[in-house]
Amino acid sequence: MSDIILKTEGLTKHYGGVHALESVDFELRTGEHVAIMGDNGAGKSTFVRQITGVEQRTRGRIVFQGEDVNFKGPLDAREAGIETVFQNLALADDLDVPSNLFLGREKILVKLGPFSILDFKGMRAATDAALKRTAVKIPNLGNPIRNMSGGQRQCVAIARTATFASKLIIMDEPTAALGVQETRQVENIIRQLKANGEPMILISHNMRQVFDLVDRIVVFRRGRIVANLNKSETSGEDVVSYITGAKTGAEYAGAA
Amino acid sequence: MTDASAVMGQMDKPRRKPWPAELNALIGLVVIMAIFEIVGWSLVGQSFLMNKLRLSIMITQVAVVGILAVGVTQVIISGGIDLSGGSIIGASAMIAMSFAQVGTNPRAIFAAQGLVDLPILFPILVGLSVALIGGLINGALIAYVKLPPFIATLGMMVSARGVALWYTKGQPISFPTNEFMALGDGLMPVWIFIGVAALFSLIMKYTVYGKHTYAIGSNEASARMSGINVERHLMLVYVIAALLAGLAGLVLTARAQTAQPVFGTMNELDAIAMAVIGGVSLSGGRGSILGTALGMLIFGVIFSGFIFLSVDAYYQNMVKGAIIVGAVALDQWRQKRQAMEA
Ligand SMILES: Nc1ncnc2c1ncn2[C@@H]1O[C@H](COP(=O)(O)OP(=O)(O)O)[C@@H](O)[C@H]1O
Ligand SMILES: [Mg+2]
Repeated sequence: MSDIILKTEGLTKHYGGVHALESVDFELRTGEHVAIMGDNGAGKSTFVRQITGVEQRTRGRIVFQGEDVNFKGPLDAREAGIETVFQNLALADDLDVPSNLFLGREKILVKLGPFSILDFKGMRAATDAALKRTAVKIPNLGNPIRNMSGGQRQCVAIARTATFASKLIIMDEPTAALGVQETRQVENIIRQLKANGEPMILISHNMRQVFDLVDRIVVFRRGRIVANLNKSETSGEDVVSYITGAKTGAEYAGAA
Repeated sequence: MTDASAVMGQMDKPRRKPWPAELNALIGLVVIMAIFEIVGWSLVGQSFLMNKLRLSIMITQVAVVGILAVGVTQVIISGGIDLSGGSIIGASAMIAMSFAQVGTNPRAIFAAQGLVDLPILFPILVGLSVALIGGLINGALIAYVKLPPFIATLGMMVSARGVALWYTKGQPISFPTNEFMALGDGLMPVWIFIGVAALFSLIMKYTVYGKHTYAIGSNEASARMSGINVERHLMLVYVIAALLAGLAGLVLTARAQTAQPVFGTMNELDAIAMAVIGGVSLSGGRGSILGTALGMLIFGVIFSGFIFLSVDAYYQNMVKGAIIVGAVALDQWRQKRQAMEA
């Protein structure tokens, strides 16, 4: 199946005795936009951390673009084309916007191993381009991001995904900490990225946002998938009942 | 989309560029110099600053610790601490000196083996190798065994001092070759400091190494998630710190023309103090080599000023302690204020 971009089989993660993720089978097709919903602690972020190589899974398969992958670290996943906005944003507060956009993947002017000289001009230009592409406006790009608002920091983290050519974008609760206006801004950016036709996994608690932005909704409960719903065939109430455990999808019966 | 970006720009108050901590240090330096100058004219009847000899003594005295402080600065920026520098100075000074002795000295440590009158490169490589071992152990304990830097380098501080004392059972080592002595002669320590400080200033500002050091000190988890190999990087940070301590040990022992096992005692604290006074934040992610150089000059000016005014040496340590606490308090206050603004 060449149109399946990402697939997990039996993906499992245990933290000692905590079974954060239990035998998750997940599929994402080219150009598809899927939301992952679920209560706090359902295992959504854990799922993301296994796919992106931030942590090593306990067991299970991850197939990306038709090939089994074993990312040793987040850089491996990014190099394979998976761009992620983590729930904690993964920003360095004391660095400026271009440095954050290129953190771990700096543009190099002169190659000297660890002492390679940075290409500030190139990174600045690419930053300007990425911010323009996502329609994010941030004054004083050269200031440390410590002093920026929650919305601006979120935009920096999202713009990072737009800086590099990617095959899959994952966003973990990108608007959870934002106000109404800031949320709308971030949603505009997501629409913009979506318009490029890239597949996306969006983790969100916001029902309106999910119904606005995605094609399919996957519900996690206690580390397992309990529902896989087409947006056109479901409703907000329906989704909520899967999240809370009032309902479990027929094909997942016995899972939870 | 232009609508949205207008909203974004409007909704977030533009922030001014943060006040650089180095500027505080520079102002402090100028004020302290001015005070000594005024007091000098009114009490001693002469200028404090317009005295070339005093200034050159002052700067050569702090330059050796300054070399150490450059290494300590990048450790603190990475979010760690290094307490082992002073002891590594002692160990590398002792062992290097034993390979720098002249053959006319019948009591040279390696006279029997004929390891005397060796070319200067030999003791230098020996001294740096001793430091390298210390740095590798520090780095491995911190990056891979995940010991807190304070504990790992405290252990190294005690052990490396032990090595320095064990090496000759506490005896000093003397009579180096003229070639080796040149390493500490005249203003040589100052030139070496300037070279080291300039090099690392550039490295911290313009290279991947510098960028990743700030990133790790700023937020280690973020750095890791961004794909930085944090373990390998920290290893390098502590190795560089130790190598600079080794270099400081070489310069110190060449200057003293002897090596004593107590060399470098408490220098690690002076180095940390210089960095903190220069605006390097103990919580990591912030500061610069330039700041540390200014902190070093503040140290030098104060102690040279005390000698100039014939203030009893005992007061020096009391004042030093007060300055360190004051600088850390200032850093904490600065952070709290920033956290409130953000
Ligand atoms: N590093 C960890 N160590 C131990 N338990 C963890 C760790 N990370 C997450 N968990 C646990 O795994 C479960 C799933 O967490 P998480 O994936 O963060 O949930 P979600 O993102 O859906 O809110 C929770 O019970 C959480 O406490
Ligand atoms: Mg989460």
